[in-house]
Amino acid sequence: MNAPTGIGARVKRKEDQRFLTGTGRYVDDLPLARATYAHFLRSPHAHAKIKSIDISAAKAMPGVVAIFTGKDIADAKVGGLICGWVVKDKHGQPHKSPPHPVMAVDTVRYVGDTVAMIVANSHDEAKDAAETIKVDYDEKPANVDLAKALDKGATEVHAEAPGNLIYDWEIGVQADVDAAFAKAAHVTKLDLVNNRLIPNAMEPRAAAAEYDKGTGNYTLWSTSQNPHVLRLILSAFVLGIPEHKLRVIAPDVGGGFGSKIFCYNEETMVTWAASRVGRPIKWTAERSESFQTDAHGRDHVTHAELALDKDGKFLALKVETIANMGAYLSTFSTAVPTYLYATLLAGQYTTPLIYANVKAALTHTAPVDAYRGAGRPEATFVIESIVSKAAKELKVDPAELRRKNFIPSTAFPYQTPVALQYDSGNYPPIIDEAIKIADYKGFEARRAEAKSRGKLRGIGFSSYIEACGLGPSRVIGQLGGGVGQWESAQIKFNPTGNVQVLTGAHSHGQSHETTFAQVVSDKLGVPIENIEVVHGDTATTPFGMGSYGSRSLAVGGSAIMKAADKIIAKGKKIAAHLMEASVADVVFEQGTFKVAGTDKAVPLGQAVFAAYVPHNYPLEELEPGMDENAFYDPSNFVYPAGTQICEVEIDPDTGVVEIVNHTAVDDFGNIVNPMIVEGQVHGGIVQGVGQALLENAVYDKETGQLISGSYMDYTMPRADDVPSFKLGNKVTPCPHNPLGVKGCGEAGAIAAPAAVMNAVHDALAPLGVSHVPMPATPLNVWQAIHGARAAAE
Amino acid sequence: MYDFHYHRPKTLADAANLLKGKDEARPMSGGMTLIPTLKQRLARPSDVVDLGGIKELAGIKVEGNNVVIGGMTRHADVASSADVKGAIPALAYLAGHIGDPQVRNRGTIGGSIANNDPAADYPGAVVALNATVTTNTGRHTADNFFKGLFETALSDGELVTSVSFPKAEKAAYMKFPNPASRYAMVGVFVAKTAGGVRVAVTGAGPCVFRVKAMEDALAKNFSSDAVKDIKIPADGLNSDIHASAEYRAHLVNVMARRAVDAANK
Amino acid sequence: MTIPVAMTVNGKPASGKVEARTLLVQFLREHLGMTGTHVGCDTSQCGACVVHVDGRSVKSCTMLAVQAEGAKVITIEGLAESAEKLHPMQEAFRENHALQCGFCTPGMVMSAIDMVKRHNYQLDEATVRRELEGNLCRCTGYHNIVKAILAAAPAMKSAGV
Repeated sequence: MNAPTGIGARVKRKEDQRFLTGTGRYVDDLPLARATYAHFLRSPHAHAKIKSIDISAAKAMPGVVAIFTGKDIADAKVGGLICGWVVKDKHGQPHKSPPHPVMAVDTVRYVGDTVAMIVANSHDEAKDAAETIKVDYDEKPANVDLAKALDKGATEVHAEAPGNLIYDWEIGVQADVDAAFAKAAHVTKLDLVNNRLIPNAMEPRAAAAEYDKGTGNYTLWSTSQNPHVLRLILSAFVLGIPEHKLRVIAPDVGGGFGSKIFCYNEETMVTWAASRVGRPIKWTAERSESFQTDAHGRDHVTHAELALDKDGKFLALKVETIANMGAYLSTFSTAVPTYLYATLLAGQYTTPLIYANVKAALTHTAPVDAYRGAGRPEATFVIESIVSKAAKELKVDPAELRRKNFIPSTAFPYQTPVALQYDSGNYPPIIDEAIKIADYKGFEARRAEAKSRGKLRGIGFSSYIEACGLGPSRVIGQLGGGVGQWESAQIKFNPTGNVQVLTGAHSHGQSHETTFAQVVSDKLGVPIENIEVVHGDTATTPFGMGSYGSRSLAVGGSAIMKAADKIIAKGKKIAAHLMEASVADVVFEQGTFKVAGTDKAVPLGQAVFAAYVPHNYPLEELEPGMDENAFYDPSNFVYPAGTQICEVEIDPDTGVVEIVNHTAVDDFGNIVNPMIVEGQVHGGIVQGVGQALLENAVYDKETGQLISGSYMDYTMPRADDVPSFKLGNKVTPCPHNPLGVKGCGEAGAIAAPAAVMNAVHDALAPLGVSHVPMPATPLNVWQAIHGARAAAE
Repeated sequence: MYDFHYHRPKTLADAANLLKGKDEARPMSGGMTLIPTLKQRLARPSDVVDLGGIKELAGIKVEGNNVVIGGMTRHADVASSADVKGAIPALAYLAGHIGDPQVRNRGTIGGSIANNDPAADYPGAVVALNATVTTNTGRHTADNFFKGLFETALSDGELVTSVSFPKAEKAAYMKFPNPASRYAMVGVFVAKTAGGVRVAVTGAGPCVFRVKAMEDALAKNFSSDAVKDIKIPADGLNSDIHASAEYRAHLVNVMARRAVDAANK
Repeated sequence: MTIPVAMTVNGKPASGKVEARTLLVQFLREHLGMTGTHVGCDTSQCGACVVHVDGRSVKSCTMLAVQAEGAKVITIEGLAESAEKLHPMQEAFRENHALQCGFCTPGMVMSAIDMVKRHNYQLDEATVRRELEGNLCRCTGYHNIVKAILAAAPAMKSAGV
């Protein structure tokens, strides 16, 4: 018997064959005849006026085809890049919108800002020529330190945003929260920095474009998570190429984690220049360019306070955050520290009153935007850090304090004080399971054993909630989002019975080719090997929103279910005709239409064949063909939740933190493929562990140079930095989508930082250490220990 | 990278001739530093003389009380050599902890010490074991070989042909890797040989250096207790986002103690 | 200035004219059109470009094409006997879901095979993790890669590869 392939089965991936044999096709792999190669000259300064650019010598260099500067783009009336989410500040005013030219015209605003594009017959020749371009810069002071970016007198990044303030935004009623604090039995206070991260998908961003003079059509191959949205932005706002004349293809894409959602200047330039050069243009970022110019993530400075009553019940939470936007507003940047952050501050708890104030600041650094979790890791870090700190201060068990404040399972749907309505959840069994897997009871014995070896052991909890599955379009619109957030699907049967499933979602590691096929196989009874999932090409797939925010299955999968329902409905009519039965009597079971109580049966394949060869077919009432599409707009977000428990061992002599155990128990609703979900959790945890222990984007605060600009200085998690993980699973199905699924892509990264840092703090508490900055590098840990010892002496 | 003239001589003499008189010519052994440097356009040699074709430069021999390692011997070969493991296991351990497996498959001892990266591992062993560096033109003692940041006693066109390590009675290397690059942030090589006790520190300063106070203490009492209270000053040590000079100074003590303990095992 | 270069790639002769500065990975990808070997960084750390040269795993982004003159090069494209019969390491990666976006996979697989052979088909988890120092993956958290390599070691031994 064949292995099961339906929903819930651990189906091996369809995409693996090509990736394992070196036959995947990423953008840089494309063979394009007569291709030219682009290289971008970038600003070496964080802030400078461009006095002049002299390209005369460069033009004469061997192999050079064309050179473009910001002035060329401005003269051609190319629009600037856009921020697609309008956040209204606390006075109801839209956020400040400074211009974001595709290439710098007279001012550069971060190290890596684009100054000129050199197109040559080879990449080396383009780089050779770039070195001969003379740019006369007038260097200006740079505003790099986020904590001081909004101070009076800070250098302004854009005149359009006085004082570097993009918005001053709030949620909740401050007076109510203050009143609750006045009555509190205990207040826990916390200052933290959520460290800046660089996404580092292993495939660097790349773009290749070609212009067909005969048709006037452009084709752009881009490492995009959302090719339709990229096309929409390029067409409607930036280049003015009509959507039907621009085809965007995102072929195999080597990871995104948010960084490939956005519309970037390089892909814009490559497209624009393709028609001017008259030959295809290819560009692939070198890793050092990725470090400098991919949208970075996180980067908050936060003060938070939690008020508790005498029984340890949370009364109120207030949070003040400054969020770094970088030098320009990237595509979704404004939404991340507001609607994806502050609305999550209830966490898993019944905290009745919450007030959050978020100020978004400009700095002379790379743009900051969504990175795996986008806002929700930052929120979880605030909540779960302060809850654990409160437990320490009150000397209560951190799990108990959490349990005491969990939203009870009977309270769903649950309206939080920060806008969201959680649809479903049951938190206590999750933490119970995590405690069991992590052997929490045995921890003190392990701590004692570690102590006998001179090591400090600590344990940390993190109970997260996330709102994902973006999202209900009406809500998104009310919040200022510039697009709908539905997803599309098309199920296209071929006459011989095999199926193409076209989706507007995009897979860049998520395994849609397998999981979406499982959904269709399960629903329609078609063998999985007869199903091909097609994505990533605006010319072949229906308009869709792409993949980010753990939305693909919850929204895209739901669209597939809707399309499958239409297939079944049509199939029933055909089958009824073939069986000479009433449609109402036809049922569909395991791929076959049957008339209940009879032995009459028409396999779906037969109905499909009849639809394409309609010789015996109700043509008067029914169109031929079997090809249905659907759009699905969710009625709410989905709310995965879970608990992670991290156990660390610290070497007090060196400050080295070793993760000895890490447990994650999640509720993702129903699960289509546990193998793939586990993989998503593993990867997410390591990105969270990376943030907690290793990764840090560091700019020189004076010069704005990116110090951690390569793998020599930016610590990517390696295999020996992490252990194998212990996972568990609980299911409360999502009540409002047809698959009952939530999202699993971001959870690991959302919960892990707080779990790890709480464990670090727990381990160091006996030494009197109260705060270790994230990431808890050996240096930071040693300095914290050293500081505590010095203070004690 | 910039283009250059490439040469692959078969003999040491040919290599020396190719380098002679060309200011901008560079020898290349494993290329593990040179190629990344060229890729970043941080160097622009007119000629690159690849030493990979010179058979006489690679290999490991035991000569009396010494292990002699040819300049073009790859780290992986030193790490897995039965001769090295038998004579100076700490040296095999060190070689097995340079870079990653792919770097060890290409990188060479001659290239490493000639480059004298402050965070390289081999200089620690060369100095602590008081090795002798032989070149196509002469010999250098370990103490005279490493001159400063990326600086050695090698003159232009002078190529490392072999490094001769005296066998150690006790030796160990303890490396605290930079979390990102995995180069030595601090590496301490402790050795007790017929010539006495030496403690060499790499990664912490601009160039490998010895800690005399520790050597004296260990000469009297070769135990980690003997060095436990010997602090080294932070002045002049490297400082970066991964480690302050103070932290490096502290790690020198920790790694030295651990190296002594390992050497005593 | 171009230099003729000739080597054996996956058992077949391959030659071309390159610049001295042409990297082995560029030769494979741009001259031979073998794009299975990837470039993920510019500082020789990510390992997406790992191939075997004369039986050893090397980073093809840190080796000149001319240095591979006369060498036997094996790339990810040369591992499987046929589309149906993958190398045991490839098979183990599939069985254990050791890849997601697939970009680091070629280098991972090449490093893993070299690792298993060097350790005489006997590995434990700590060794595998340490041996993966030169290969970065951003998707899998390494968990399933480690599992796959541990599973592949005995499979390679019994397959005699």
